[in-house]
Amino acid sequence: MSTHSPTYVPKSAGAKWLESRLPIIGLVHSSFVAYPVPRNLNYMWTFGAILMIMLVLQIVTGIVLAMHYTPHADMAFSSVEHIMRNVEYGWLMRYLHANGASMFFVAVYIHMFRGLYYGSYKAPREVLWILGVIILLLMMATAFMGYVLPWGQMSYWGATVITNLFSVIPVVGDTIVTFLWGGYSVGNPTLNRFFSLHYLLPFMIFGVVLLHVWALHVPGNNNPTGIDVKTKKDTVPFHPYMTVKDTFSATLFILVLCWFVFYMPNYMGHADNYVPADPSITPSHIVPEWYFLPFYAILRAIPNALLGVIAMFAAIAVLAFLPWLDTSRVRSGSYRPIFKLFFWLFVVVNLGLGYLGAMPAEGAYVIWARILTILYFAHFFVFLPLLGLLEKPKALPNSISESVLKKSGSGMPQGAAAKPQDA
Amino acid sequence: MAETTPTAEPTRRDFLFIATGATAAIGVAAVAWPFVAQLAPDAEVIAAGAPIEVDLAPISEGQIVRVFWRDTLIFVRHRTAEEIEQAQETPLSDLPDPEPDSDRVVEGREQWLIVYGNCTHFGCVPLDFQGQYRGWFCPCHGSVFDTSGRIRSGPAPINLPLPPYEFVDDTTIIIGEAA
Repeated sequence: MSTHSPTYVPKSAGAKWLESRLPIIGLVHSSFVAYPVPRNLNYMWTFGAILMIMLVLQIVTGIVLAMHYTPHADMAFSSVEHIMRNVEYGWLMRYLHANGASMFFVAVYIHMFRGLYYGSYKAPREVLWILGVIILLLMMATAFMGYVLPWGQMSYWGATVITNLFSVIPVVGDTIVTFLWGGYSVGNPTLNRFFSLHYLLPFMIFGVVLLHVWALHVPGNNNPTGIDVKTKKDTVPFHPYMTVKDTFSATLFILVLCWFVFYMPNYMGHADNYVPADPSITPSHIVPEWYFLPFYAILRAIPNALLGVIAMFAAIAVLAFLPWLDTSRVRSGSYRPIFKLFFWLFVVVNLGLGYLGAMPAEGAYVIWARILTILYFAHFFVFLPLLGLLEKPKALPNSISESVLKKSGSGMPQGAAAKPQDA
Repeated sequence: MAETTPTAEPTRRDFLFIATGATAAIGVAAVAWPFVAQLAPDAEVIAAGAPIEVDLAPISEGQIVRVFWRDTLIFVRHRTAEEIEQAQETPLSDLPDPEPDSDRVVEGREQWLIVYGNCTHFGCVPLDFQGQYRGWFCPCHGSVFDTSGRIRSGPAPINLPLPPYEFVDDTTIIIGEAA
């Protein structure tokens, strides 16, 4: 990590003493100060830092909430109301945590679509990408278990539906579900173990994030042109260039979070979750949190329970194989005119599935969910493999610095093509 | 071990190596066992799952009553003559999970249908008297059940299962069995 940057030289006696025993200041310096990044990174590249901030925010607010929350089926619901009404600033902690989870997914989806558009998953960044998929899975598990903790109607029935997904596994399915529940249905033992795991998983995410950053710093950042860094002229040091850009972007992002927290804190939740869990009544329309909706739509689109569950998990697992499904050697979508169309089609497909996941499973909604599910998988198994073979990409610039200087020098409209996601 | 050539006769060292490895593997499994077993329903949960007695006398014709056994919802439905007839006359070829109504009730007591109350898809509670067949309709993913609790359309793979129960007398049933 430190080979391509001015080395940190400790000045004070204390720093020298520490550096010769544990070179941690040098590691931070080479990773987050002198670390060279491509000079053309746009604002889409600030979401990694935003995600790091969101993870810390979730952990800090979560630890505070755990100090006031009671993980028991009879007391969980009222302990959440206790946090809202009695604990000093408890409402703030809970709304930050609940809306923070939603905004965490906003950031991670933007981060992923950026990677999809600019081909950040391609060699030599496959491991970096796969670690990202693992983080996504951990985030989903964490978010799901967190949503169960308030023990409202949506918590209870969400937990019932999701744990029952495992019952479709042939032969051992029912045993697995019983072991997940610790009983004959979702109940107090389920709540207890979910609380334990909900506390554990964010730290596992933190560990995988460190690996993710490590895997990033070996090949270095991808960039909007997708071509490799060739000379020192192509890069700028992380500090101050990216630290300032990340800080600015994170500030705007946190403003959006604050808008939700202070002005519409329940907008992304469901009113039904303010009704205590009742095993004898299912809410008339149960839907998961918005960030699960596209996958929920895929689950419901398939009329067979086992195949539906397989399709839903496959929709996430397929991401891990993306580096090998995309046959094009050109990384950036900016130089792939046809890919660009399919990329935006894929974005629309995902938004469409998200919409359908929130609608009741009947009539035209089911038909559309099936069409979009086919398009979702076709993107990975048909479009991406074929595009790499059939498409003729545009000419790539000779270097990153050339593309930047040409753009700023002549004011050519190419710049617009380099970052269409800003629109 | 590095000096051991593949053609050489097994030595005492090979034996010790395999024996040590096998012992370690058994040890790992023995330690893992309690960590998995603790996930199972505990003694208190099992004890609370003893059979329950349900008095049918107050349940009027056309009514569905909800009871819990082992924290699991059970529908006790007092079917009308029309509902019974409808369930009996459905041809088996119309059913995704073919099962005659006579297999799902006790002979001579056809008015009593006792089924688990969670949809066999993903466990939501279907709504009473809803759907095309006026049996149940699951609001979660659209499964439709008839007046015998059999799946008619939608994603649920099988009929609503029957809990273990027996009639003690005309108006009393015992639901459940010992764990």
